Amino acid sequence: MNWILKNNLFKYKWLLEELVIRDLKIKYRRSVLGYLWSVLNPLLMMLVLTVVFSTVFRFDIPNYPVYLLTGQLLFNFYSESTTMAMDSILNGAALIKKVYLPKYIFPLSRVLSTFTTLLFSLLALFIVMVVTSTSFHITLILLPVVFIYMLIFSLGVSLILAVSVVYFRDIKHLYGVFLSALNFLTPIFYPTSILPEWLKSWMIFNPLYDYIEFLRDILLYGKWPTWEENLLCIACSLGFLAVGMWVFEKHQKNFILYI
Amino acid sequence: MENAVEIKDVSMRFNLAKERVDNIKEWVVRKLKGKGVSFDEFWALKDISLTIPKGDSFALIGSNGSGKSTLLKIISGVLTPTYGTVTLNGSLAPLIELGAGFDMDLSGRENVFLNGAILGHSKKMMEEKYDEIMDFSELKDFEDVPVKNYSSGMMARLGFSIATLVKPDILIVDEILSVGDHSFQEKCSKRMEEMMSGGTTVILVSHDESMVKKICRHAAWINKGHLMFVGDSEVAVEHYLSSIG
Repeated sequence: MNWILKNNLFKYKWLLEELVIRDLKIKYRRSVLGYLWSVLNPLLMMLVLTVVFSTVFRFDIPNYPVYLLTGQLLFNFYSESTTMAMDSILNGAALIKKVYLPKYIFPLSRVLSTFTTLLFSLLALFIVMVVTSTSFHITLILLPVVFIYMLIFSLGVSLILAVSVVYFRDIKHLYGVFLSALNFLTPIFYPTSILPEWLKSWMIFNPLYDYIEFLRDILLYGKWPTWEENLLCIACSLGFLAVGMWVFEKHQKNFILYI
Repeated sequence: MENAVEIKDVSMRFNLAKERVDNIKEWVVRKLKGKGVSFDEFWALKDISLTIPKGDSFALIGSNGSGKSTLLKIISGVLTPTYGTVTLNGSLAPLIELGAGFDMDLSGRENVFLNGAILGHSKKMMEEKYDEIMDFSELKDFEDVPVKNYSSGMMARLGFSIATLVKPDILIVDEILSVGDHSFQEKCSKRMEEMMSGGTTVILVSHDESMVKKICRHAAWINKGHLMFVGDSEVAVEHYLSSIG
């Protein structure tokens, strides 16, 4: 794998760039507002959910809009990047059959293009923070760190999914169900306190929970995450990446027989 | 003379699944019934050894399903052979099948750059050569039109122009020249001749015997995965024709 990264990533850097640009272009082609959608979309979603949950369910969460948006941004990035990357090998079938290309470039480009969208959406978060006059803490400088954790984690999961969907097409449908379960199991729009005790102790096994808590700590509460929390996030990201790379490396030469 | 391509004892085995199982549901059902997934072994290529010298024009001929395209895929690195090795000396440019390298929603211009990146060219070079590509493909007026609105001939022209723009050491052509109108075919043949005289090795797969004889000096006849004859293209075509005679 090391060898592959050294030799190919440099040579195909431009291809990666082009593929990311292509994804972004196609996503916003023929829409007047273009990239603004990446900012508007989470803003509008946040508005709807804030109205629903602060009037109907009345969760007692201080600064609910920011609380909600932090969870949403990370969860949406995760679900969108993995879903897109899952199809990437099948969608690239025509190319894979004809030209030799490093195959990891397909899931990687999808994850990176969604990551770019995440960066745009960050603007929405800052706008909401300003509007709700949330104070900006010094802990904000850790923002790139949690984003990188998240990027590596999603890439790892994406690699595993991209491989498995080549063999079993119906994983796509199962994963859709899994994602909506995950959405409810992660404290995105509700406070952790409403969870029953037994479930709370299981929460640390939900990586998304760790990342979202991390983000809320540094953004909302101005708390420095502890070393343990950092280690947990790093272990999770690198663990998934390692498994993903191993699975992908092992199976990539079979892809052509199944697509 | 140095060899552009060296193929040594290459064999390729495919597992032909009798019933294709590509979802978990079916796989579980089969496991429960205790059937498992059965495969038929199929050798698409058997002990092929070939060397293609630098600057040669080489054709692979044979009937449908004889393994020509499999061999071509192995040469271009898309397939990994079950046994044997392939050594390439020099850069390789595959002529990508109609539209395979194109994204239908992107314009002609954007596709030129995407395709260039796929073929491993640098951005700077593509910028320099962009006008030349558009001139050769005669698609200057359509550069901002999404490729999905192109005709198949237009796509083939664009594909050919991109693939042959930079002189690769080895050019792989898989039945692509039959598209495009007469005048463009002429242009293509001319360009291939130019490339060959410039030292490019051309590997062609074709059913068109007259074209093989015209373009290629040497040819290999493959039948059911076995190499039957290697040598002068005229002789190879004769052998091939008499076998199906």
